[in-house]
Formats: sequence, C-alpha cells, structure tokens
Amino acid sequence: MKRREFMKSAAVFVSGAAVSVSALELLDPREVLAKNPDLRWGFLVDTHKCVGCGMCVKACKIENDVPLEANVTRTWVERYVMTKQGEVFKDSPDGAQHGYTTKRIDQNHSGMKDVADEDITQAFFVPKLCNHCELAACVQVCPVGATYSTADGVVLVDRKWCIGCGYCIMGCPYGVRFFHPVVHTADKCTLCYHRISKGGNTACAQACPFGARKLANLRDPNDPVAKIILTQRVGVLRPEYGTKPQCYYIGLNEEVR
Amino acid sequence: MKKHVWRPLFVVIALVVGILLFRAFYVPADFGIQERGYTFGYHRLGNEQEWKNFPEKYKGSAYCADCHEENSASLVKSGHGVIPCEDCHGAAFNHPESPEKLTIDRSRDLCMRCHVQLTMPSSQRNDLPGIDPQEHNVGMECADCHNPHNPSLEDM
Amino acid sequence: MVEQAAQVAQMLVHGEAWTIKDLFVLPNEYVYWSIQIVLYPYMTGLVAGAFVLSSLYHVFGVEKLKEIARFALVFSFALLPVAMLPLLLHLQQPLRGIHVMMTPHFTSAISAFGIVFMTYGVIVASEIWFVYRKFIVESIHRLENKQRTGIDGLLLLIYRIISLGATDLSPAALQADHKATKILAGIGIPVACFLHGYAGFIFGSVKANALWMTPLMPVIFIMSAVVSGIALCIVSYAIFMWLRRWALAQGKNFFLPDQLAGTTNLTVENLKEMQIHETTMTAKYLRIFMILAITLELLDIIFRGYTAVKSWDILRQVIYEHDFVKIFILQYGIGNALPFVMLLLPGLTTRRACVASVLVLFGVFMMRWNVVIGGQAFSLTFDGFMEYHLPIIPHDIETFKEGLGGVLLVFSAPFVIFYFLNMIFPAFYNSDDKAH
Repeated sequence: MKRREFMKSAAVFVSGAAVSVSALELLDPREVLAKNPDLRWGFLVDTHKCVGCGMCVKACKIENDVPLEANVTRTWVERYVMTKQGEVFKDSPDGAQHGYTTKRIDQNHSGMKDVADEDITQAFFVPKLCNHCELAACVQVCPVGATYSTADGVVLVDRKWCIGCGYCIMGCPYGVRFFHPVVHTADKCTLCYHRISKGGNTACAQACPFGARKLANLRDPNDPVAKIILTQRVGVLRPEYGTKPQCYYIGLNEEVR
Repeated sequence: MKKHVWRPLFVVIALVVGILLFRAFYVPADFGIQERGYTFGYHRLGNEQEWKNFPEKYKGSAYCADCHEENSASLVKSGHGVIPCEDCHGAAFNHPESPEKLTIDRSRDLCMRCHVQLTMPSSQRNDLPGIDPQEHNVGMECADCHNPHNPSLEDM
Repeated sequence: MVEQAAQVAQMLVHGEAWTIKDLFVLPNEYVYWSIQIVLYPYMTGLVAGAFVLSSLYHVFGVEKLKEIARFALVFSFALLPVAMLPLLLHLQQPLRGIHVMMTPHFTSAISAFGIVFMTYGVIVASEIWFVYRKFIVESIHRLENKQRTGIDGLLLLIYRIISLGATDLSPAALQADHKATKILAGIGIPVACFLHGYAGFIFGSVKANALWMTPLMPVIFIMSAVVSGIALCIVSYAIFMWLRRWALAQGKNFFLPDQLAGTTNLTVENLKEMQIHETTMTAKYLRIFMILAITLELLDIIFRGYTAVKSWDILRQVIYEHDFVKIFILQYGIGNALPFVMLLLPGLTTRRACVASVLVLFGVFMMRWNVVIGGQAFSLTFDGFMEYHLPIIPHDIETFKEGLGGVLLVFSAPFVIFYFLNMIFPAFYNSDDKAH
C-alpha cells in the first residue's frame, strides 16, 4: 500500500510538474499532496441490500432543505423489474421519497404498468446520488467557477455565485443536478459536506436501516468501506463518459444506467 | 494611415480598463484557483466554509440514546433494531430545545415502505415480511396490533 | 393525498411547467433549456449571418451587394444586443450574468460568451464608425448650420460624441477610413464565425447528450447561421424598401435619415430597381450556403444511423417517430427543400425571394428547435421521453420569459432597435463616393 501510494504520489508529481512546465497548470502538486494526503471522499452502494423504503430520500430532503413537495431530489431510488419476455421496466415515482408501496410500475405519461409476479426474473432497487466524479463534467462546463471540486473530492455549488444557466445540469451524465425551487440556483448532493467535515455520516447513509449506502474515505486503507471497494468487484455508473465517478456500486448490471 | 483611425481603439482600451477595474473591486478576494486546479477548483474559497456551516437536522440514534436510554435499548433487541430512531420519530433538529416534542410518524404509509409484499428477487426486499395492503386489515393502523419497537406478534 | 397535490402545484420546479415525461425519466430531468435557448443560437446566427453578408461586399468587393451590405451591417448591430437577450431571460439569476465577465472559467464554452460577444460588438461598432464617419461629420456641420429643434439638438449631441472628435474629411483621411473598414470586416468574419461556431460548441461539447455531441455541430451552426442571416437581410431589406417606396409615393417620410441625407431625390422606379437587383443577387449567395448547411446536417444524421452506437436506438425513435413532423416536414421540407426550389426556378422576383427567405428563416428556426429541444426529448438513461410544450398564456414571470411572450419580445426587439439606430446611421443612405 505504502509503495503504491508512493508510486501514485510520484506519478502525480511528475505529471503535475510536466504540466506546470508547459504553464498550463498553476498549482504546485506538492502543496496538494501536503494539504490533504489522506482524504478523498467516496461512496458505496450495495444494491442487494436496498429494499426501496426511500427513507434516504426523505432524510436527504429534510436535512438539506430541498422541499419534500418539489419534484426534484438530490438522491433517489430506482426500481428495476425484468421479465421472462426480456422486457425491462424502470421507475422512480417522486424519486421514491415515499418508498415503493405498490407492484405497479409508474411509466409516467403511459400510466401504470402491471407486471405479473410469475413473469419476473429479477427485480431490484438502485439508489442514486451524485458520483462526486474525479473529472466532473459539470464542473468543467460551469462558465463562472460557481461549482467546483474540493480538495477532498466533493463537488459543491456556490449559491452566491451561480448564475443559473443550467449548463452543469446539461453537462451531468447522471442527472443529479436541478434548479433549487427556492434558492433558484443549480443544486446537487453535497455528500452532506456539513456533516462529514465534522466526522459525521451523510444523512442518507445514516437513515438507511440496511447499510445499503456507505460513506468512504478512499485514501484510508483501514477504512472498512474503502477496503470493500478495493477488494471486491464493484462498478461505477457509465464509465464511458470518462468522468471517473467515485460512487461505487455492488450488484450493478447492464440495465442500470 | 491617418492618426484618427486609432480613436475607436482608445475607446476600446478605456472600456477594457474600466471592466478590469470594476472586476478588481467586484470579485471577492478569496476567489481563485484552489487545490484542484483551474478546471475543477476555480471558485470562491469561502463557499467551502459556508457549506460546512450548513445546519444539521438529523442527529443520529446515539444522540437519542443519551436521554432515551430505555427505549433505545428495547428497540435494539427487536427486529426493528436496525432502523434509526429518526426514521420514524423525525429529524431531531435541536430537540429537546427546539422542537420540544418530535412528531412521531405512526402511519400505515410509513410501515408500507418496507412491508408491502413486492416480488423482488435479487433484492433484500424479498426477505422482509410483506403484506398485501388491500387484504391485510384494511383501514387499521399497524401500530394497533404491532409494537413498532417490538413488531413480531409472537414475541408480544 | 389531495393536500399533497395542492402543495405540488405551489412548488413547481424549473422546467416542470412545460415538460411531459413518458416511460422512465430520471427525477431531476426536465427540459431545462427551452425556448430562449432555441432563440439564442438563432439570434446569434442572424447577427453572424448578417455580418458575413456585409463583409462579402467590404472584404471581397462584391460590388453587386453594395446597397444591401450597408443595411446588413447596421442591422447586424441592431441584432447584437438581442442575441444576449435570450440568455438573460433564460438565466435563473439574471443579475449575476456579469459573472461571466468577472470570473470566466474558460474550460466552459459559455464562459467565452462575454469576451467574444464584446470583441464582436466592438468590431461591428468600429466598422460602422468608419463607414459612417464622413456622414457623421457632415451631419454635424449640417446640424450646426441649421435652426435646431429639440430632436436635432439631441442628434447633434449624439453625433458629436460618436465622432470622437475626428473631423478630418480630407481624401487621405477618407482613404484611411476605407482601409480600416476593410481590415475590420476581414477580422470580423472569423470573429463572427467564432461567435456562432462556439454557440455550436456549447451544444456539441456536452458529452452527456447523445444528440448534441458531434464535432460537426459548430460547423453546422455556422452554415445555418449564414443562411438565416442572409435570409433575414433579404426579407427585412425588401420590406424596408417597400416601405420606402410606399412612403415616397405618398410623399411622406417616416424614415428621417432619408431626408437628412438628402436622398429623397430618388424616384419610386429607382428604388424598385435597386430592390429587385439586391434581393436577387443576395438570393444567389443564400443558395450556396443552403447547400452547404443541408449537406452537413444530412451527413450528421446519416453518420449516426450508419454507425448506430448505443444511443442510436433512442435517437432513431426521437428523429423518425416523435419529432418526425418537426424534422422532416417542417425543417427539411418546408424550411429547406421548398424554398430551395423556389430560389432555383427562373425569373426570381423580389416577392418570391422574400417568401422563400421567410421559409428559410422558419427552417433554420426549426433546426435550432430540433437540436435544442430534440436533444432533451429523451432521458439520459435512454429509457424514456420528455415532451416540451411551449407555454402560451403566461401564469407567472417564468412562463412569460420561457413562453410565447418571451419569443415575441425577442423577435420584435431587433426591429425596434433598428428603427432608432437607423435615425443615427441611415442604413439606406446612398453616398456617391466610391469609398464605401
């Protein structure tokens, strides 16, 4: 681990130095490493454990002052139902803030869809939230520097500087951003920055009775969650966009996008 | 070329200088390139602290256990032991100062979030005890029969 | 449940009022970029196109376009502030729009907006200054030697300020003006193309959007920009000429500068001749750019269909099913093929050129619509659709801004601005000197 860390730092330093020579990069990579060598927030979702109760969504909205009655949310839970006929149905009514209390699948304008129990081959829930990407597409496209990544890897929005152009909403491949109905700026999951910075857990992870959602410090080899990410087969959503998402999933499959 | 052709250029230079002066006055001093570089870290540094100062609402079950020791201990032993207090009792905010009393959600809707029977192979939902809400004691509250802190009727 | 529904109605989030979701769409997905973002590239396109048209005369010396070139230049300047208007109407925090100039984050395509826009504005303004400097100085002299009414006094003040104190009208000075005009028009073409090409880049670089992401987008945008700009110049030039003819025949003069500049010695016949000549000549250039624009757009669709990557399945449904009428009937049929045939048929009249140009303008508008709205017609997950409904009757400020009201506001603004600008820089002013 130590050796790997060293190689990593060396790589960061060399590439950083190379870039600063070409005068593109304005920061000294040594400073970066010195400042926060041991902290990089990440997240782990175990889709097997999720039961679709939606307590995480409710907790997130209350914790972060996103009105419960507004049809936008920083985190949500999706339901996937696959049938013998090869059909795939997905829904997420109100982002699942009231949980899943019916077998009928909400197809929005096309109404509710009934799927017979005996036709179901597999069915599961997938919680979603901001992936706090290493190379966040939403940050790259902000024209005014109102959204950014912190040194510990959390993507935040400056509510006093955002002009509300919506480019970040368009730029996010995961649909985690929206316009806050009260503040009227772009809004997104902060990974409960106010909680985790004081040693706490995110509101969603804390509200989950089943441990389906977990916060991790990816730089700490002793962090139990980071260990799972390192040692087990985990996936990320839509890696093809090259954003390097830092929210890892256990039990993903092709249908989950 | 005649000298007058440069006059529009002077106007432009004046305009640019004006904008730069205004910028120096307008942009907060802590706005700049931070740790993650220009692409990912160009922002107002003070905003990080603003987010850190955001008020917490959920305090966690350990916070509840500090005072409500008995309730907490009884819950832990039951099948509902995994459920955090605030999922049903609501976010603590600054309880007991404000609010003095929390509003407990005893609704059937709350229980149904986990206990409506859905066919979900490949999900832990299948392992939870489930009911058909159209069949199972319609019109009654769950808490009429089941104690939320010890829900199994056999244990009662 | 009822109470909940009432609350939902009160807390409409941005986009919810005009978006209908079908099948599986993520909770936060709405048509966030609506009509104003359709208008934004449309209006910048008109600005850029009008400027390119005027440059055809100023840089490449296409003598035949002399009369319309001056009009196109002034009209382009009138359109310029209107290209910014849709963006301001769209921003959730319009008062902070200035941040784009204050802390530009150049990894974003939008950040260049302030700077490119200002650069372009400065170039057009300077070019107008050089083209009209002789007129400005002459107007100062004329107004000074005349009994002035209130409006004359105001005009004199404006002319004095914008003359920047440069009153030299010697042949050498005018020659310098001419040269400067040519240089500025030359610089202006790439800047105009950049202004609009980068509007295309704003869309083309969104990797999350399967419809938008193509390197062809900026080029397609530039071509269609030139097409729409030329078409608008034809239509508005012809209309203003008709108005002038009518005014002249009636002995009225609604166009103040005609009188000031002493060009009322023209006859109705002169004007008619000029009108038909300029519109038909311009129509030739319109055809050339139309061919380029349509070729590129078709190339894009063919390429997507042929390569058929993962997103093609949903794109095919959007293009061939959901938006079929909008794309193939309204955009390509009525907006491209029909006017193209109209322009090709022999014996082109002003009226036919105008009708064709109006159709072309409509076609380019539909193209912007199909790109901007079409790009948001499907979910990021490729599993559902979103339908956009333009708010007609405004319920609040948002449905006004992002509805029919906002459209009419944006469409009418350039003509209002042009009306006043034309009083200061008469776009139809005929000077006999060869310089401009």
